[in-house]
Amino acid sequence: MAKQLLGLSEVSGSLVVYNNVEDVSFEEVVNIEMADGTTRTGRVVEIEGDKAVVQVFEGTMGLSKKNTKTKLLGHPVEIALSKEVLGRTFNGSGRPIDGLGEVYAEKFADINGKPLNPVAREYPKNYILTGISAIDGLNTLIRGQKLPIFSGSGLPHDKLAVQIVKQAQLSGDDDENFAIVFGAMGVKNDVADYFKRSFEETGVMEKVCMFINLSNDPIIERTITPRCALTVAEYLAYECDMHVLVILTDMTSYCEALREFSSSKGEIPGRKGYPGYLYSDLASLYERAGIVKGAKGSVTQIPILTMPNDDITNPVPDLTGYITEGQIVLDRNMHLNGIYPPIGSLQSLSRLMKDGIGEGYTRKDHKDVANQLFASYAKVIDARSLASVIGEDELSDTDKRYIQFGKLFEEIFIGQGFNVKRSINETLNIGWALLSTLPKEELDRLDPELIKQNYDPSHAERTIALALKGE
Amino acid sequence: MENRIYSINGPVVTVKDTSDFSMMEMVYVGNKRLLGEVIGISKGKTTIQVYESTTGLKPGEIVEGSGTLLSVTLGPGILKNIFDGIERPLKDLLEHDGAFISEGQTVSALDDTRKWDVEMLVKKGDKVIGGQIFATCVETPLITHRSMIPPFVSGEVVEAKGNGSYTAYETLLCVVDENGERHEVSLSQKWPIKKPRPIKNRKPIGIPLITGQRVIDTTFPIAKGGAAAVPGGFGAGKTMLQHQIAKWCDADIIVYVGCGERGNEMTQVLEEFSELIDPRTGKPLLDRTVLIANTSNMPVAAREASIYTGITLAEYYRDMGYHVAIMADSTSRWAEALREISGRLEEMPAEEGFPAYLPSRIAQFYERAGYVENINESEGSVTIIGAVSPQGGDFSEPVTQNTKRFVRSFWALDKSLAYARHYPSVNWNQSYSEYTDDLSDWYYKNVARDYMQLRSEIIAILHDETELMEIVKLIGSDVLPDDQKLTLEIAKVVRVGFLQQNAFHDDDTYVPLEKQYKMLKVISYLYASAKKLVAKHIPVSLIVKTGIFDDLIKIKYDVPNSNIAMLDTYFDKIDKALASIE
Repeated sequence: MAKQLLGLSEVSGSLVVYNNVEDVSFEEVVNIEMADGTTRTGRVVEIEGDKAVVQVFEGTMGLSKKNTKTKLLGHPVEIALSKEVLGRTFNGSGRPIDGLGEVYAEKFADINGKPLNPVAREYPKNYILTGISAIDGLNTLIRGQKLPIFSGSGLPHDKLAVQIVKQAQLSGDDDENFAIVFGAMGVKNDVADYFKRSFEETGVMEKVCMFINLSNDPIIERTITPRCALTVAEYLAYECDMHVLVILTDMTSYCEALREFSSSKGEIPGRKGYPGYLYSDLASLYERAGIVKGAKGSVTQIPILTMPNDDITNPVPDLTGYITEGQIVLDRNMHLNGIYPPIGSLQSLSRLMKDGIGEGYTRKDHKDVANQLFASYAKVIDARSLASVIGEDELSDTDKRYIQFGKLFEEIFIGQGFNVKRSINETLNIGWALLSTLPKEELDRLDPELIKQNYDPSHAERTIALALKGE
Repeated sequence: MENRIYSINGPVVTVKDTSDFSMMEMVYVGNKRLLGEVIGISKGKTTIQVYESTTGLKPGEIVEGSGTLLSVTLGPGILKNIFDGIERPLKDLLEHDGAFISEGQTVSALDDTRKWDVEMLVKKGDKVIGGQIFATCVETPLITHRSMIPPFVSGEVVEAKGNGSYTAYETLLCVVDENGERHEVSLSQKWPIKKPRPIKNRKPIGIPLITGQRVIDTTFPIAKGGAAAVPGGFGAGKTMLQHQIAKWCDADIIVYVGCGERGNEMTQVLEEFSELIDPRTGKPLLDRTVLIANTSNMPVAAREASIYTGITLAEYYRDMGYHVAIMADSTSRWAEALREISGRLEEMPAEEGFPAYLPSRIAQFYERAGYVENINESEGSVTIIGAVSPQGGDFSEPVTQNTKRFVRSFWALDKSLAYARHYPSVNWNQSYSEYTDDLSDWYYKNVARDYMQLRSEIIAILHDETELMEIVKLIGSDVLPDDQKLTLEIAKVVRVGFLQQNAFHDDDTYVPLEKQYKMLKVISYLYASAKKLVAKHIPVSLIVKTGIFDDLIKIKYDVPNSNIAMLDTYFDKIDKALASIE
């Protein structure tokens, strides 16, 4: 029997306080019925004796001390699960907004999930071909990985996410079991629209489940949106054997919502006003990526976040980087130079790459080529900074060749464009072609045997010319 | 009177008007009997931090005291196991509860069905003292478990079982102390995690912990019984370095604590360590390893405990006379757990929201390292290697700064080196080791007389390079005089050929000290010989053209660990290469 409370005693920001509450449990859901018959949902966030503090997902506008009836539901926030969620669109707290009615639930699950036992995890090793050289070649995405995109306002992170979805879903033999869960937190209307349209255009819409919290929706709802999305993803992965790609955007809005909520609760802030538990909170989301031993499905996450003022040391990208298995960093200078995708290769990293590439996965020479490309590109940066001081003409011959290499690397290898999809062989062959433009002695990360087989300046010219034509 | 929950706020619950609990007592909270610890007692209320998720807890549910401090069980069966932060075996939890961990699970720390073949060392009528080894059993093919009388028990053995197979919890001895009190002793004992285990006395430090990593062993060594910190932003390679040390260092036992880190990383350690073979013993590395995994999504209070659990296990094996190395990855997460709990208690924050007692907690942890004489007169050591994850990669933040005060080896990882794929990305200008003086004797006697001298030489070269690079950045390297150009070239050999080490290369992943020494010697020889040529006004570009510098850079791959003598041929090679110019 659900208990009902008449009225409330305090309202502060998104929080409501009730006195004389009996038998209330921590993190329990409440239903608040307004005088006009509409209902709102809330969650118990603090209990002291018979006083309970509740956060209201839809905001407290219009609430008064008298006009509400509140029901305690006796369970934590839950979401309805079923395979039917694919193709559907929900709001940030999991209610359908596509006019197709409620989901017929096969089961309900607590959106907070439970920590996955590390022993039950399977170490991810199977790579996902995205068709993007900067990712496949240098920062390979692995099934079960969490690989965020660090971006900034005005950079094409949405476009990149769409390209990944578009190209990744076609590869591999598990096409049938592929699903996308899309969680949008505090995004602009047209961004949500862009994703929706792109999913429709590429014909994957019936494989997509969308949770949308727009930037003018209540912030408390935003704090549960990613949890709803991940709970659905886990269900699809571990109970329906699907390979699920979860895209969460924009994590910065999520963290700001958390900060707003924390300060309205009067908590002691940590860095930049974010709550001290931001790390744990983010971890409780990101760690839900992975593969469970014995399960056929997997959860791969691509969270997108915008770095305020392009500052990678801001708490949101910083803490994210400590939890996720690498990051794809978008570079504003490359973007301004018209390079798409503008992936900054040196700042980007995929931690799981080393075990998912090479013989049996991608190609035998992959690791070495990637290492050499990184190392050579790092030297390009040195040469450029030297050139900016003494002028390009004064550089040594080797440095000049590095400058040339850097230009080709950015334009051809990285800047492949939105409509080009490359196989792993193409990516690595272009890598070799570029390396062949450098003097042989400079390739210090490569096995001499490999160099003998692949180092070929004459062939390089042809490959480069072809790639420039957009082949 | 029963004690009931009054308030709940995240992992912190309070009980009103009670005087039943003592500080740091372990308690069971609520109907699910969640594990908790008393962290504050004030006039009106007692504050408890709960080591499991408090979702669904209600005020009015019962809190029950256990009468003991938060303790771990010590005994055979710890090695090869993987525990969570409060010593619950994760494999048993998996069997018990499925892939996802739910609350209120009670499983005993050690397998209570497994029998050990015990050889008894005492018999009825013997006098025993605390810490004395009374029985041994083979815990893993690599490690003999020496069971000890609990530290504060001594007296006469009045009952004793003979050799045979017993479980960890069976009583094997009965000891009556001088007050006539009976103590039952089994293969296992309990110990409170926040209390260091007693020792007889500390011994001076003088033996290095050999890791096979050149940048550590040669440039910034760590001693057995010492403490080191590895700070670095994300992606700088902290975890990789910790893994390398855990794999190859010459400690007898490795305790690896994954504190608030990634779940996949722990899986990787578990998988990799079961497959990897220890080069010195030919047995799987896991046979000497215990893992403590409190991943970032597991409850935060247990994360705080995991560090203490790890160090207590380490001390236990030290007491048996083993050399133990503990890797804590990462102590920053532990400090953040302290901050989180402190925030919930509404304590007055000091720097960046961290509690004012942060430095003393860090000190208490690192001071549990040491090379000691145990109370049973054996010698053992605990070496601590703690990773620090500074926010924004900024080393001036409180955790890094306070850690720096209590460790003597500091391996600063550098993001820009990592970006250039220079691994291990230990920055040679920011890092230091205060153990060099303590260890120089050992190196003198056990490796070579001029080892420390060669070490100073390469550090000086690197230092010179840093200064020269300031100039090069402004005007380019072409205008430098030849002797300085030579310094740059030789510094490159040191950086790429010596400091960089490839963890994925079969030979380069672990390099014995002898090879490290000879590599230094060869580099130094080239430098000295080339200097002579430069003094004769032979341009450096000519010397470089001989390719001898590149040959030296590739020594690490070209000379296998099994044929270190091959390095002696390089002196000849250098002579010939240089003679070809003259």
